[in-house]
Amino acid sequence: MSNLLDLLVAGLATGAIYALVAVGFTLLWQTSQTINFAQGEFVMLPAFLMLAVMHVGAPFWLAILIGILLSLLLLGLGFKLLLVDPMLRHGVLPLAIATMALAIGMKEAVKQFFSAEASPFPSIVPAGDVSILGRVVSLQSLGVLALAIAVVIGLTMLLNRTSIGHQMQATAQNPTVARIIGVPVERMILMTFLINAFLVALASLLITPIYLAKFSSGEVLGQAAFIAAIVGGFNQVRGAIAGGLLIGVVDNLAAAYVSTQYRAAVPLILLIVIILFRPQGLLGRPEERTV
Amino acid sequence: MTATGKYLRIGLGVAVIAALIIVPMNFNRYGLYILSQWAVMTIAAMGLNLTLGYAGQVSLAQGAFVGIGAYAAAIMTTQGGMPLIAALGVAIVLCFAIGWILGYPALRVQHHYLAFVTLAFSTLAFLVFRNEDWLTKGIYGISNIPRPNVMGFATNRPLPFYYFCLGSLGIVSLAMWWLIRSPWGRAFVALRENPVRALSLGIDTRRYTLMAFAIGSALGGVAGTLYAPLTQYIDPVPFNLSLSLDLLMMVIVGGSGFFFGPFLGAMIAVLLPEWLRFTQGYYLMLYAVAVMLLLIYSPTGILGILDRYLTERRTKAASALRAVAKSRLETAP
Repeated sequence: MSNLLDLLVAGLATGAIYALVAVGFTLLWQTSQTINFAQGEFVMLPAFLMLAVMHVGAPFWLAILIGILLSLLLLGLGFKLLLVDPMLRHGVLPLAIATMALAIGMKEAVKQFFSAEASPFPSIVPAGDVSILGRVVSLQSLGVLALAIAVVIGLTMLLNRTSIGHQMQATAQNPTVARIIGVPVERMILMTFLINAFLVALASLLITPIYLAKFSSGEVLGQAAFIAAIVGGFNQVRGAIAGGLLIGVVDNLAAAYVSTQYRAAVPLILLIVIILFRPQGLLGRPEERTV
Repeated sequence: MTATGKYLRIGLGVAVIAALIIVPMNFNRYGLYILSQWAVMTIAAMGLNLTLGYAGQVSLAQGAFVGIGAYAAAIMTTQGGMPLIAALGVAIVLCFAIGWILGYPALRVQHHYLAFVTLAFSTLAFLVFRNEDWLTKGIYGISNIPRPNVMGFATNRPLPFYYFCLGSLGIVSLAMWWLIRSPWGRAFVALRENPVRALSLGIDTRRYTLMAFAIGSALGGVAGTLYAPLTQYIDPVPFNLSLSLDLLMMVIVGGSGFFFGPFLGAMIAVLLPEWLRFTQGYYLMLYAVAVMLLLIYSPTGILGILDRYLTERRTKAASALRAVAKSRLETAP
């Protein structure tokens, strides 16, 4: 029983990070029909950007700041202007394939210019344990969970309470009507790309201390976020959050109770079952089929 | 099409086939290995081209079918001591059946959802290859996979085995050429272009969707049964998700829905990294950039560029003819 609680906390902590990545993923899909197969690599890169800045001698906080700015520039603005914009009018598939190529390119670039080995990465949450209600919980898990929840709440507030958020939702739901009623659709789409870049940079900051910085670490992460987004509901931000938390917990429980060999299979089977019986995801709304 | 155009095409085809047979004769072992790999990957990509390019279903599981075929061949020829042709039959039946079952979600959901189901299947298959030691020997892999005797000829040496792969590619190409011109092939295209219209014309869309998926998957299995004796050693690593993604990239880069798309796509995916090897560590990066640039320039792939050029020329020729005819009409008394 006590073991179960530990697993739950650890699962929620990784799940919260998955949720951040999955939210960015669904945002891109909603506003610009971009299925970003490089999303995992998008999480891998900011950690290396921060490490690179620290190599020059900058303190950790400055490296974080510059790292986030660089990701906004590269993974937000650059990604949209250089790859998505020229390809968007050609449909979903060519763009998805181009992001696969981008994933290969990013992995190889990091391997070439940085290192093929895993590098340690400092944690923004101090190491150690705290006891809550007589239970010992790792401070890192709690810190990650708290930060991720804060970001998710902030994002939900932005989307639901502010004018910009409403305009972004309008853009996602119906770009044509949104344009007619005066929403600057282009700027809103750019905004979602910037938000995605911010979210992946944050996720990178939170997850890299746990799993080390490695050029290939995006593969597992990207797939987890992908599954989280689909399980929760591909067209709903709250769906992606629920999916992320669920996948994090399921993944941790499967490692403990199923088998370490097949732990990765459990979320995948969940994914297939969900697609077969509730294709819009747990919290999603059905998509109209275009014929 | 004009008669000269037709002869030109036939001549070009004969020249390419002759070059594929004659030029590699003095290639070294590695060059032949790469060319054989090209032939094998082309077969797998052709299967995916049928599923994606002709029937319009996105599959991210083709690499898993190559894996299933490769393991069928490896297990049956090493542990069972059976000939490769038996393994080929098993692989085709197995992949066809699994493809058929996997196609069912395609009937309920379409587009990106099917991609997700096949993506999950791909990773599940990889886990089975890695974890079921009793069958696949897990991460240690299966070694000493024998190469087959074809009609009394041993194909142990690289050159005969390359011809074996090339011949298989030829047979598969002919079958595919026939298939896409058969009523089935036309039904597949109808399915891609307008499923509702196809249904109203009396095409059983359910059956044809499953069929396209299953035949495409079976070709993945065929490629796998060639892959195992080519490398003579297999372990789970080559059959992870990235092989499926690579195959998808081959089809799109070559030109999905074009008969020769997979040939070109596989050539770029298999040979371009080799040609770029002089750039050392940078070759995969350059490859990725090249793919992105190509897709930005022409999302329909390389053959899309050619197709666009030919259509433009034809339209120009037609409008020139029209102008001539018109001026004649005007000058006529």
